Amino acid sequence: MSVLVYTENWDGKFKKLSFELVSYAAGVAKMTGTNVTAVSVGKVDGTELKKLGNYGAGKIISISNDHLNILDNQAYTNVISEVAKKENASVIVISNNNTGKAIAPRLSVRLKAGVGSGVSKLPLSLNPFTVYKRTYSGNAFAHLVIKSDIKILTLAQNSFDLVETANNATIETQNITVDSSLLKTTVKDIQKQTGKILLTDADIVVSGGRGMKSPDNWPPLVELAALLGGATACSRPVSDEGWRPHEEHTGQTGKIIAPNLYIAVGISGATQHLAGISSSKYIVAINTDKDAPIFESAQYGIVGDAMKVLPKLVEAVKSRK
Amino acid sequence: MKILVCISNVPDTTTKIKFAEGNASIDTNGIQWVINPWDELSLTRALELKDDTASGVKSVTVIHVGPVASEPTIRKALAIGADDAIRVNADSADAWFVAAQIAEVVKKDKFDIILCGIESSDYNGSTVGGMIAEFLEIPSVSAVSGIKFENGQPVMTREIDGGKEVVTVPVPFVAIVQKGIAKEPRIAAMRGIMMARTKPVKLVEPVAADSLTQIVELEKPAPRAACKYIDSDNAAQLIELLQNEAKVI
Repeated sequence: MSVLVYTENWDGKFKKLSFELVSYAAGVAKMTGTNVTAVSVGKVDGTELKKLGNYGAGKIISISNDHLNILDNQAYTNVISEVAKKENASVIVISNNNTGKAIAPRLSVRLKAGVGSGVSKLPLSLNPFTVYKRTYSGNAFAHLVIKSDIKILTLAQNSFDLVETANNATIETQNITVDSSLLKTTVKDIQKQTGKILLTDADIVVSGGRGMKSPDNWPPLVELAALLGGATACSRPVSDEGWRPHEEHTGQTGKIIAPNLYIAVGISGATQHLAGISSSKYIVAINTDKDAPIFESAQYGIVGDAMKVLPKLVEAVKSRK
Repeated sequence: MKILVCISNVPDTTTKIKFAEGNASIDTNGIQWVINPWDELSLTRALELKDDTASGVKSVTVIHVGPVASEPTIRKALAIGADDAIRVNADSADAWFVAAQIAEVVKKDKFDIILCGIESSDYNGSTVGGMIAEFLEIPSVSAVSGIKFENGQPVMTREIDGGKEVVTVPVPFVAIVQKGIAKEPRIAAMRGIMMARTKPVKLVEPVAADSLTQIVELEKPAPRAACKYIDSDNAAQLIELLQNEAKVI
């Protein structure tokens, strides 16, 4: 028996999300009295792989094959389900990012394994196997019982703290063959966002709503985000109006994020917006309307005009020690 | 080309959720049910593709797994413009059960493109679409924010961490769609509402399928500490608090 964790890489590197997953898997393994096997697909060097051991992976399986350079959901399902069977995995941990959402349901059917999606805590109990997950777009959390022998858990980003442990991981490199006739996905074009902190990875997010009044008013907001090492986001009306790109839309139908700090500027805080940000550790609200619902979710609030407040914040960050 | 759009009905997204006795489900009294937002966008895009005669899309069918009580949601989809509908007459026990039912229908009644919303706003599972594809052993593309036709072939844009990819897979396939697929959901016009009354809704009895998960308890999110207000003239104090009190910057 083992806990299998799929650790995605980005151009051969892992990121915080990968280590959160391994830390979480180690927590589950401790509860179940088993060990963690991490599986990585793609070219990742030994030094990078060994980092997974720092968070509790006992065994690291590195699978490389040029046919796996693009995400073909079926091919990835084949590879990971084979490893799961070989490792006799009873629990499989994956991120609930886009890749996880692409693979987890297919693995579920392949292995007849129930899925707990977007879990944010270690299992509440093992018998029955009960997980804690977000439901009703953040308006409730469910205790979900998974009845199948194998369980798949997709972990919500930034919901589990990193736990470092002594590293004595073994690395096993597997060169596998992939029948290219089974690959169905053709990538015709890739547009990568470079040099910017990804909204879903950012620890700090500064977000603007309709209260920003015009797309021309964004520079101080962008500057504040940059000074804090954060990313920029926006509410739905702002992306619908085309003031900001739709990739920045956070909320129920946009991106769901959980940064350490979310600064909402000129955002009233409709239920649909809160659905995308309610897992943020700290929420700051800046709004002219003192009755705006966003203040009910915020720990810090400023009632005031964004155009006057933002420059002051920029100055304060620049002059802080 | 035939498109199948999978629709789920969910509480209106502005609903304040209350729990039923036992705290294992929500109190459905007074809840307004709507088409799951991502499914509504999928339907809109499917209809746009059908409107474009060059696409070769001949029909748009919606499918829903649910009891007779969810018929209004199906009628709404027909009013928006779907040609016909299929209702699998069963309570949606869990994602596995629902996906198994839809896969069974697709095995008999062939479709080229199956559209599913990336998640439902109630269970937030993000699993039904991928499960359908795996039951049918056909390709799936997830996080699809665009779909169009080029030389008669569907071409999709999918969101990846830090960018986008333009991808194709052979039909039949499942596209799991997210925001961006259509600009705004299409709204039913009076003529559509009238026409929806006479459009066919095929009733299908469920096949035996397991459910692998079950919600046993719901709880409210932990309440947050009350908001600490900072005077707007002294906005700089916020930075000081974030640095020294919250310790997040």
